[in-house]
Amino acid sequence: MLNGEFGGGTQKAMELLVAIGDAYDAEKMIPISRAHAASSGQEGDMYFVELLADGGAKCRVPTSTNPVYDIKYFHKLFDVPKDEAEVARRVMEAYSRVGAILSWSCVPYLSENIPLYGESVAFSESSATPYVNSVIGAYTNREAAQSALAAGIIGKTPKYGLHIKENRKGTTLFDVKATLRDEFDYTLLGYYVGKAIGYGIPVLTGITRPPNTEELINFCAMSNTSGAISMFYIPGHTVEAATVKKAFQGDVPKEKVTVTDRELKGVYEELQTTSKKADFIQLGCPHYTLKQIGKVAELLSGKRIHGDSSFWVCTSATTKLLADRVGYTNMIEKAGGRVVVDTCIDEPCWIAYKQKVGMTDSPKGAYYRRYREVRLERLQDCVKAAVNEEGRGKP
Amino acid sequence: MKTALKCHKIIGGYGEGEALVSHEPICFYLTDPKTGIVREKTHELAGKNISNKVLVFPSGKASSVVQIDGLFKLASYNLAPKAMIVKDVETVLIVSAFIAKVPLVDRLERDPFKAINTGDLVRVDANKGTVVVERRKP
Repeated sequence: MLNGEFGGGTQKAMELLVAIGDAYDAEKMIPISRAHAASSGQEGDMYFVELLADGGAKCRVPTSTNPVYDIKYFHKLFDVPKDEAEVARRVMEAYSRVGAILSWSCVPYLSENIPLYGESVAFSESSATPYVNSVIGAYTNREAAQSALAAGIIGKTPKYGLHIKENRKGTTLFDVKATLRDEFDYTLLGYYVGKAIGYGIPVLTGITRPPNTEELINFCAMSNTSGAISMFYIPGHTVEAATVKKAFQGDVPKEKVTVTDRELKGVYEELQTTSKKADFIQLGCPHYTLKQIGKVAELLSGKRIHGDSSFWVCTSATTKLLADRVGYTNMIEKAGGRVVVDTCIDEPCWIAYKQKVGMTDSPKGAYYRRYREVRLERLQDCVKAAVNEEGRGKP
Repeated sequence: MKTALKCHKIIGGYGEGEALVSHEPICFYLTDPKTGIVREKTHELAGKNISNKVLVFPSGKASSVVQIDGLFKLASYNLAPKAMIVKDVETVLIVSAFIAKVPLVDRLERDPFKAINTGDLVRVDANKGTVVVERRKP
């Protein structure tokens, strides 16, 4: 493959994997069963995927893609700069040419590309890497979009890092004394944990109620945004280690951090940049699940979104299909909201909001925001703000 | 005075230039893509220009998307560093250097922060695994 006998694109993909393997002294390449490329629609992303596509490369294992944005949909609404739109169009076309699963979803592990326990995979994207390692118990490193794509093209990855059992050992014990009511509290917890250690494998204790899917997705996304957390354990609730001792592979934790309501409140306050009324509400970072869309639909039922604010829910195309079918989309649209697919909150399509105040339930969305000011609130409070003028403009 | 040191190749190629040493990790997204000047206000290299230098730093930082795009943009304006010498590698930095075609080495046989000073003339031959340091300042 390195000599170009499978074409120039495959050769480039292999060169990258060999460079990574060399850097980590990997003893060999191991087969992977699937990959997820965190496509982003930026120039660096475009350069690499076009290099592979132009060189005739095709994915040898199922390889899903991250959201960019729904070009046709947004161009009808906003004046997106032509050069930026052209980059997005070329990126999406090139991923199609390499034969990727065009999921344009940041939670592909829920429906489009699902690893099993113990599978070796190459998953990039902030929530995806820790989710498949910790919740599913598959093996992946913290891949870049390009290294994951290269692995998908070749069907292999160098054996290093989290592909080796000994490296999947806990590094820091977090004793969680904070109240965790819903996924919003898990986002704050994730953000705090990532920021507190930056890098490592946290082991969480003190969590009594089993976390649900949405809570785990959000913990993953946030801890791998404020820090580089590729894996974590909640012994008793995540699959790989049933006890704290097993999570630390028999060693005594060297570092212990206690998290109380005060720490979570600190994160909540740190991420607010304003208390002004929101011009728009943006939900779905990471992409909302059907359950979350259902909750929004129910809260909006019989209500009308206030005239001067706009209301967005981002999700995957597969989830939207079901939301359409069960009537959630209709309920949201009837209230004046929009459900949009294939789209990430960090894309140039949101240009109309550049100078505006946005409200979101996602610290990740607040961190990478493409708008001037941000208010961070729980899902139901975001909906309340959209429908109730009285509730808006208050800190 | 010239010193030849062995190193470990990560991304191949040859690059020479004036050394710029940073003791803090670097995020290329936080440099101005049209000048190469470090914009991160609290960084020890704030206001310094990394373009066409041999950059000596501990490691990369920040999310994969922004890091790769940052170095790629510098390279597309011909403002990328000539070579990079690091202490700790991670996947994102390897991918960034691969895409921007910047020679990248680690495991210098001496501590790079002791062997190299800002302003030295440094020749990095990643393929041969050598770094030659020519002292310019006392």
